Amino acid sequence: MAVPLFAPWNDPAQKPLIQFKNVTKRFGDFVAIDNQSLDIYTREFFALLGPSGCGKTTMMRMLAGFEQPSEGQILIGGQDMKGVPPNERPVNMMFQSYALFPHLSVYENIAFGLRRMGQPKDQIDARVEEMLRLTRLSKFARRKPHQISGGQRQRVALARSLARAPKLLLLDEPLGALDKKLREETQFELMDIQEKTGTTFVIVTHDQEEAMTVSSRIAVMDEGRIIQVATPSVIYEAPNSVYVADFIGDVTIIEGSVRSVGPVYDIDWAEGQPPLRAASPLALSVGQKCHIAIRPEKVEVHHSRPEDDNALQGRIIDVGYGGNLSTFNIRLANGKFLRAQSFNTERKTKQEFTWEDDVWVSWTDHCAVLLAE
Amino acid sequence: MRKWPLIAVPYLWLLLLFLVPFLIVIKISLSDAALSIPPYTPTLDLAAGWAGLRQFLSELDFENYAFLASDDLYWRAYLSSLQIATVSTVLTLMLGFPIAYGMACAPEEWRPTLMMLVILPFWTSLLIRVYAWMGILSTEGFLNNFLQWLGVIDAPLMILNTQNAVYIGIVYTYLPFMILPIYSALEKLDGSLIEAAEDLGCTRTKAFWLITVPLSRPGIIAGCFLVFIPALGEFVIPSLLGGSETLMIGKVLWEEFFNNRDWPVASAVAVVLLLILIIPIVLFQRNEQKQREAGK
Repeated sequence: MAVPLFAPWNDPAQKPLIQFKNVTKRFGDFVAIDNQSLDIYTREFFALLGPSGCGKTTMMRMLAGFEQPSEGQILIGGQDMKGVPPNERPVNMMFQSYALFPHLSVYENIAFGLRRMGQPKDQIDARVEEMLRLTRLSKFARRKPHQISGGQRQRVALARSLARAPKLLLLDEPLGALDKKLREETQFELMDIQEKTGTTFVIVTHDQEEAMTVSSRIAVMDEGRIIQVATPSVIYEAPNSVYVADFIGDVTIIEGSVRSVGPVYDIDWAEGQPPLRAASPLALSVGQKCHIAIRPEKVEVHHSRPEDDNALQGRIIDVGYGGNLSTFNIRLANGKFLRAQSFNTERKTKQEFTWEDDVWVSWTDHCAVLLAE
Repeated sequence: MRKWPLIAVPYLWLLLLFLVPFLIVIKISLSDAALSIPPYTPTLDLAAGWAGLRQFLSELDFENYAFLASDDLYWRAYLSSLQIATVSTVLTLMLGFPIAYGMACAPEEWRPTLMMLVILPFWTSLLIRVYAWMGILSTEGFLNNFLQWLGVIDAPLMILNTQNAVYIGIVYTYLPFMILPIYSALEKLDGSLIEAAEDLGCTRTKAFWLITVPLSRPGIIAGCFLVFIPALGEFVIPSLLGGSETLMIGKVLWEEFFNNRDWPVASAVAVVLLLILIIPIVLFQRNEQKQREAGK
C-alpha cells in the first residue's frame, strides 16, 4: 500500500502550526536572528541545522518562550506568543543537558509537568506509566537520575517533555551526549515516537547526518539567517548555495565561468581543459562566475577514458577505505583535487584502484549542481 | 603502610588537643570543689601506687551533675540558650538566603567582590565589632539618635541589654557562615533546571520552591549548623550585648569558673553542653556525608 506523501508545505490549504514573521532578535549589538520568516506544519519533524552561533538555539528558545523576539511575531497555532511565558505555552522542550531534576526520581521527573496541570492522581499515574512504557524505562521508575546511564537519562528527558502531550516538542541537540552507535539507534526511536504520538518536533542540531536522518524538512542556518528550507533530499541534491552544498555532506566545489548557456551549461573551469557540462534550471548569462558542486559518490573512476561528457584525467593521491565504500582523493591535471567514492559491493581484499594510479573520472551533466556566485 | 604517619597526624592532633583535655574536664567535673591549688580534690597521687589510684577513684562522683539537675538556673540557661540559638539560626537563614541568592544571580565578574565583602568583617576582631554594636544600640547610640532625628520615635528604644541585642549580635556575627555554604550550593545550580521547571508549567515562584530550595538544601543545612553550634555556647555576645537579663549557658559557665571558682560545677556544665551539641554535630556530619555520596 502506498502511503500518501507527507508534504503539507506544498499544500496551500494547510495552515502552519508555527509561524515566524519577520523575526529579528538582538542581544545588545549582536544580531542573533536577522529578519527571518519560517513556517512549520503540524506533525513535521523539523530540523534547524547550522554551525554553533548560527542562531538555531535562539530560534528554539524564542519558541519555548525563554527569549522574546526584538522585532516581528511568532505564532503558534495561529496565536501570537508575544508576552506568553514559557509555562503557559503549548510547548515543551527537551534540554541539551537534559536538565533532569536531580532530587526527584525518574517517576517524579516525568510526573512533574502533569502535577502542575492539576490532574487527579490516578490520571497522572496512568500517563507516567504510559510514558515509561513508550521510552522503555518502567524498570527504572524509582531510580534517581544519577543512578541511570546517559542513554536512559536521555529517554527520561524525552518522556518528561512528552508527558504533557504538547502540540510542539522542542529538542535541543537531543542526541549530542550519546555515543555514535546509541545515537543512531536513538534517531530511529525518536522518529518512531514522533510518529506514534503525532507531535510536531522541532530539533536543533549541528550534526547534518542526524538532521538528514530524522527530519521531514531542514532549515540550514548561518549567521542569523535561514539559507535554505527543504526536505533532506532536496538539501542534499539541490542545494541553493555553495554554503549549503558545503555544509551538508561531502562535496567538491569547482569555480568557473559560463561559456554557453542553455538547459545544459558549458562551464570554463581551467586553462587548456575542456569545459564541464552541467544541467541547471538557473538563468545565468555568458561570462558569469559560478560554482559546480559534485558529490563524490556521483563521480565514477575508470582505468581508460569513458564516453561521458565530463571526463577528466587525474591521479589518485589518497585512498580512504571505509568498509562499505572507498573514498579517493584525485589530483586533476590542473592540480585541483576532486573527491570520488565507490561502493564496495563485492567482497574482495584487493582494491581495484590504489595510490598513484592514473585514472579517468567522469560524471553526467545531471549529477553536477550549478550554483551562482 | 607508608600512609600511616600521614593518617596519624590528624588523630594525634585530636588526641592531644581534644580527647586528653576533654578527659581532664570530665575528671574535674567528677571532683569536689576545694580551697586549694588546683581548686578541687582529689588529685592523683602517683607516688602512692595502686592504693593511691583506688583512693582517687573512690572519691570521684556524679554529685555536680545531680546539682545541675536540681538547680533550675542551669536548666533555664540551657533551654534559653537553645531558644536563642534556634531563633538566631532561623533569623540568619531568613537574611542569609536572599543575600546568597542575590550573589549567585549576580553577574559572574561581580561574584568574587561580593564574596570578599561578605568575608570582610572577619578582618576586624570580633570583640571590636561587638563593642561597635554597643555604640550603635545603646539609648544614646547611633540607631536611637537616627530614629529620633527621623521622628519615628519620641523616646529612645531599649535595645542594648535585652535579648533583641543578642539576636542582632549573633545574626550579624554568624551571617557569613550562613551565606557561604548556601551561596556555594546555589552557584552550582544549573540554570536550565529552572527553565525546565518553567517549561513544565511552573511559574517563577513555584520553580523557586520546587527546584531552587530543595537543591540548595545541603547548603541550608550546613549553614544552619555552622550558626547554631557556635551560637549555643556563645559567650562574648550575650555578656556584652545581653546585659543581666539574658541567660545563656556560655555566660553561666564563665561565671562558675571565674566568679565562683567552682571548677567542678563549671566542668560539669561544659560536659553537658558538649553532650547537647553532639546531637547536631552528628546530624551535620551525616548531612555532609550524604552530600559527598550524592556528589559521586
